[in-house]
Amino acid sequence: MSGSFGTPRIRAPRTARPGEAVEIRTLIEHPMETGLRQEGGRTVPRDFLNRLVVRVNGEVALEAELRNGTSTNPYHVFFLKLDRTSEIEFVWTDEGGRFARATARIAVA
Amino acid sequence: MRRRAALALSLTLLPLGTARAQDATLEEAIRAQIGDRTTQEGGIALRAPVVAENGGQVPVTVSVDSPQTAESHVTAIHLFATRNPTPGIASFRLTPLLARAEVQTRIRLAEGQVVVAVAQLSDGTARRVSAEIRVTTGGCLS
Repeated sequence: MSGSFGTPRIRAPRTARPGEAVEIRTLIEHPMETGLRQEGGRTVPRDFLNRLVVRVNGEVALEAELRNGTSTNPYHVFFLKLDRTSEIEFVWTDEGGRFARATARIAVA
Repeated sequence: MRRRAALALSLTLLPLGTARAQDATLEEAIRAQIGDRTTQEGGIALRAPVVAENGGQVPVTVSVDSPQTAESHVTAIHLFATRNPTPGIASFRLTPLLARAEVQTRIRLAEGQVVVAVAQLSDGTARRVSAEIRVTTGGCLS
C-alpha cells in the first residue's frame, strides 16, 4: 500500500452558459497496480485507486468505481450541466483509504 | 484415424471450453452489477479504435441516448473486458447533473478482445453494446 498519488490534472472551462454541456477532463498519475503483474520474477504488490467522486456544489454528479481494466494514470471525460456558478470537487480514493483532491470553479452567466 | 479424430476434437474443444468459461465469467460480472434484468440492444454506443497499438491505454467512449433529466436518465454505465485476467473495467454512477449520458476513459486490454458496455436507466431498463478491439501490444496485466 505505497499509494503513490501524482498531482491530479483537471481541464475545465472557467466560464459556462447556464445549461450548456461543459466538458470536464480529469487525469491523475497513479500506477494502478493490479497485483497480477510480475517484474523480475516477483509480483508487484497491488496499489490501486478504486474510486473517483465528482461533486457539484456538494452534490454528487458522477461516481466511478475503478477495476483492474482501468489504465495506469486514470483518465476520465464527462459533461456537466450547470445552472449557476459552481464549485466542482474531485476526490480519488485508493484501496487503503488514502485520497487525493482537486477543485475547479466554473462561473456561470 | 481414430487418434487423428480425437486430436482434432480436442483441438476444437479446448478453445471452445476456454471461451465458455470466459462467457460465464462475463455474464456473472454483468449480473453482479445489474442483477437479473435483461438487456436490450440499441440506444447505446461504444466508441473505440478498431486497432489499438498500446493495449495499456485504449480510449473508449460510452454514450447512451437519454435526455439525462430527473424524470429520465441513465443511472449507471458498466464496462467489461472479455479476455482480460478479470472482467471488471469500471462502473460509473450517473446523475441528472450531467449534461449527457456519456463517459470517456482509457482501459487496458491484455490482448485483442470484445469489450462490453451495459447501461442502466432510471425506468428500470438496461441496454448493452459491444465492440471488438484488436491490440498490437497487450497491456501489461500479468
